[in-house]
Amino acid sequence: MPIDGSRTGAWAGFAWGLRRDLRLAVRSIAEVLVVLGFFFVVVTLFPLGVGPDPRILQLIGAGVIWVCAMLACLMSLTRLFAADLADGTLEQMLLAEMPFGAIVCGKIGAHWLTTGWPLMLCTPLVGVQFGLDAGEVGVLLLTLALGTPVLSLIGGIMGALTLGLRGGGALLALLLLPLYVPVLIFGVGAVDSYSAGLGIEGHLSILGAELLVALVGAPLATAAAVRIAID
Amino acid sequence: MAWIYRYASPATFYPVAGMLAPWFMAAAALLALAGLYIGLIAAPTDFQQGDAYRIIYLHVPAAWMSMLIYVVMAFYGVLYLAFNTRLSAMMMSALAPTGAMFTFLALWTGALWGRPTWGAFWVWDARLTSELILLFLYLGFMALHAAIDDTRRADKAAALVAIVGVVNVPIIYFSVQWWNTLHQGASVSVTASPKMASIMLTGMLVMGLAAWMYAIGAALLRVQAIIVEREAGADWLGRYLKGAKA
Repeated sequence: MPIDGSRTGAWAGFAWGLRRDLRLAVRSIAEVLVVLGFFFVVVTLFPLGVGPDPRILQLIGAGVIWVCAMLACLMSLTRLFAADLADGTLEQMLLAEMPFGAIVCGKIGAHWLTTGWPLMLCTPLVGVQFGLDAGEVGVLLLTLALGTPVLSLIGGIMGALTLGLRGGGALLALLLLPLYVPVLIFGVGAVDSYSAGLGIEGHLSILGAELLVALVGAPLATAAAVRIAID
Repeated sequence: MAWIYRYASPATFYPVAGMLAPWFMAAAALLALAGLYIGLIAAPTDFQQGDAYRIIYLHVPAAWMSMLIYVVMAFYGVLYLAFNTRLSAMMMSALAPTGAMFTFLALWTGALWGRPTWGAFWVWDARLTSELILLFLYLGFMALHAAIDDTRRADKAAALVAIVGVVNVPIIYFSVQWWNTLHQGASVSVTASPKMASIMLTGMLVMGLAAWMYAIGAALLRVQAIIVEREAGADWLGRYLKGAKA
């Protein structure tokens, strides 16, 4: 216990990382809103490309929204570690008494609160664009609630691995999207299952399992990845 | 048993790789010849699929290898992160292109097989999709390694990617059990008698062994190239190449 009485445990680290990143996000709110803007633009591209036939849009709606959520998450991952690396804070976090994995958890939590959570809030609006009914939007929100944290968690690993590399965005996408596929499959599968009148428990269970595995494994892997990147 | 640890040094392993590789390639060639003879000439025409089934002698060994090589890569990744032996990282990098090639071959031959039998080059069922993901994992591995200039950091990052991605391999393997897929289930298993004619099984196993020997030979040749690239300034390499026997 440090002499000034400050706490250095894992929860303190988590809270610190969370508070700091949320504060920074609020200060440059444009960064957060730009990702949302990207989401809206890309989601709008699909009806323009596929044609306005409402039956087609209803069929592809959940899938399109999920893919665009994944792409939006991808876009926002660079700001998870890049700014901290640039000004040296990341090294200080590695040297801190608080467990680095806990701080990383806090950062990823803040990332989810500033990316996944706003996406979820915007989904009903976008769902209307695709003609999804209330039940489908509800299931979609459930899957997003379970799935977007996984996107942030796994994204943290790959974001840390690709820190400061050239070819950054495309390389991150190539590494990350294959790992996102299980979330996508079960997320959209749940909505399709609901539309077909079948149960959604199985899909949600697997999404929940993926979330648990990611919660346990990703912070460790992310911490290892940051250590590899900083060396 | 301690004598084996000498071969963790690139300097000691390099000549061994050079000596072993031709044997593995020769074994691969002979086994491939035998396997293709069994598969294309000796084995009978299939009752349901006619002669189109014969692509199994390429498709299944390629698929087996694609999965095995990724697991071996991940294993080398674990060895590298745990023991910091750079030869482990070199072997991991040496295996990746061969694994990617086998994955592509499995997907391509599978598509060629699917067209006459299923009516479609491609379906989005669990096994095909997860095998495609495996191809992306290989490509991502190679891309990440190429993108990082510092060799140590590149090796460590790629090792982490390989380990994180290895979860996909059991998914591919069990996908035909877990999902209702168009791709057929396992016809061969270690615990049950095979569901295919024994001569066809023999042909497939011989081709599988041929692919395995080829993979080892290719990895050994490639790791030699990697060793030369990385140890270019090293003393032992200069001396070895000056006094090298052909």
